[in-house]
Amino acid sequence: MTKDYIKENIKYNQPQLPKTLTGITGLDEITEGGIPKGRPTLVCGEAGCGKTLLSLEFIVRGAIEFDEPGVFMAFEEKTEELAMNVASLGFDLNSLQAENKLKLDYVHIDRSEIEETGEYDLEGLFIRLGYAIDSIGAKRVVLDTIESLFAGLTNQGILRAELRRLFNWLKVKGVTTIITGERGEGPSFTRQGLEEYVSDCVILLDHRVVNQISTRRLRILKYRGSVHGTNEYPFLIDEDGISVLPVTSLKLEKEVSTERISSGIPALDKMLEGKGFFKGSSVLVSGTAGTGKTSIAACFANETCNQKKRCLYFAFEESPKQIIRNMQSINVNLQKQVDEGLLQFHAMRPTLHGLEQHLVAMYKIIKNFKPTVVVLDPITNLVTVGSVSEVKAMLIRLIDFLLDEQITVMFTALTLNNVVTEQTDEGVSSLVDTWLLVRDIEFNGERNRGIYIMKSRGMKHSNQVREFVITDKGIDIVDVFLGPDGVLTGSAREAQKLQEQTGEVIRKNSVSLKDREIGRKRKILESKIAGLQSEFESAEDELNKIYVEEELIKKVAEENRQKMIMMRRGENASENKNEK
Amino acid sequence: MTESQQVPGNDNNLNKENIYLLRLFVTGATPNSTRAIANLKEICELHLKGNYELEIIDVYQQPTIAEGEQIIALPLLIKKSPSPERRLIGDMSDTQKVLRGLSLAAT
Repeated sequence: MTKDYIKENIKYNQPQLPKTLTGITGLDEITEGGIPKGRPTLVCGEAGCGKTLLSLEFIVRGAIEFDEPGVFMAFEEKTEELAMNVASLGFDLNSLQAENKLKLDYVHIDRSEIEETGEYDLEGLFIRLGYAIDSIGAKRVVLDTIESLFAGLTNQGILRAELRRLFNWLKVKGVTTIITGERGEGPSFTRQGLEEYVSDCVILLDHRVVNQISTRRLRILKYRGSVHGTNEYPFLIDEDGISVLPVTSLKLEKEVSTERISSGIPALDKMLEGKGFFKGSSVLVSGTAGTGKTSIAACFANETCNQKKRCLYFAFEESPKQIIRNMQSINVNLQKQVDEGLLQFHAMRPTLHGLEQHLVAMYKIIKNFKPTVVVLDPITNLVTVGSVSEVKAMLIRLIDFLLDEQITVMFTALTLNNVVTEQTDEGVSSLVDTWLLVRDIEFNGERNRGIYIMKSRGMKHSNQVREFVITDKGIDIVDVFLGPDGVLTGSAREAQKLQEQTGEVIRKNSVSLKDREIGRKRKILESKIAGLQSEFESAEDELNKIYVEEELIKKVAEENRQKMIMMRRGENASENKNEK
Repeated sequence: MTESQQVPGNDNNLNKENIYLLRLFVTGATPNSTRAIANLKEICELHLKGNYELEIIDVYQQPTIAEGEQIIALPLLIKKSPSPERRLIGDMSDTQKVLRGLSLAAT
């Protein structure tokens, strides 16, 4: 972005002031290309704010990265001391000196050894500097801190005239110079008013302690003939030197992704259209104490690592070991991910740095590790370092930066009271894309956890309050029971379930009772039917018997009659047989 | 006082221990430099006659010496001996200060 800006500037503003890149992270972006080439720049600030380091880094970076040899003229520290002091930053001044890329010169002035006996000038300094510059072909010069001359020599008139001459001479030499100066009392920036002589570019360093926490800041006071960032930028001195962070992003032109990433809790994914969060979005998990915010964050981190993506976990409350141990109890093995190098913990107390410095530190770590997911647990603690508005400003910058990098971020935040407010204490709820709220549901003598999605931009999310259960198998989200008395959770829900089961059994039982009764009734009926049948059969038999008897009687009677006839008239007997 | 200081100096003169070794650094023929040379020579002739060695060095000719001798302001006079070493800057026009610097002052 900055580079484009510079290009645009060149387009519209030709000719551009020639600049020299300092090589210091971030400073070149603020100055839009570095400090004025071939001119002196004044770096001023109080004692211990990093003037010497900044100027030395300018020289070293010039020598290493831009092939511009430099001369460092120290008025305060001996060259060996300097070399030792910056060795921890990985700057090997001695070998650079041996390669003729760097020249250190220690200027020693002691008032007690010197007697002033009349008119003099600083030609000796000029000769030394000139010789040093010419001997290695230096393009960069640092004078740290030239004001020491005023302590060693008394004739201010001569000194001022000579300084003016020196700066002009340096301009003629065409070397880019940094002059450091101690911050003075009152309105002047340096004790001896050096800004009077160096009017092209003035950089002010500041070291402020607010609430017992110190923050280093850098501001460009003036930059003649150039556009520059006017804000105060925090900077950090660490093992890589100075990093200045131009963090205030002005534009809202971010790439967006439709890719989804899982939250690590299948049921939660289901609540989010079954797919999880958008990649590169910001997620806020807020809730009261002990509602399982860290567990959610750990699940998310674990899932990310399971998919062979990197995750960065900033812990502001617990140490990494503590988190790993605690998460083991819910079957989330973070140690494995750490061992595989997919998960990196960075635990620090918020009070370690000022807010801005936290931001710079995080920015650096993120740049180095290049994670897919960043977890901040919890952001609430940052309030101990700054005011709410400062925390918010910092988080806006962080979110901006992360979204730019397409990194998904999860914040956890503690809501301090039991009443679920619609606003988190950090006021970031309006910034985030997805807001999960975990809350206590106190009912029936126990506390249970409920989870719901307050908002989730760009997706059709569930509107249900779910119960959030942490077991030794992991996290699960179950449906809460909506009974006549309202939402039931925990053992009440279990009881309700049991009750339902009992009902079921009872119902089943009663059904089988009825069935048996029907069976019995059927049996009774059947037996009755059988009785009737046999009755009927006997009646039938009776009837049949009468009928047969009558037949028999009839038959016998007929026979008897025939016999009688035969006995009376013998001749009719054959006729009757024929009739038959 | 000058006398009393001179006396032991004269006594040790044989050992050449108390001889005044003076080095004057100048920058070519600038007004300050020429004035310094003239003034110093005059003072030496007056107070240290026969008891001093004066070396005049043009720093322009030997720029490396500037770093070695911690030279900032010029002209510079360094009294190497007798100890303590003293440094005097300026055109040596303030005779009293020069004498004090050379431990020759009659105070």
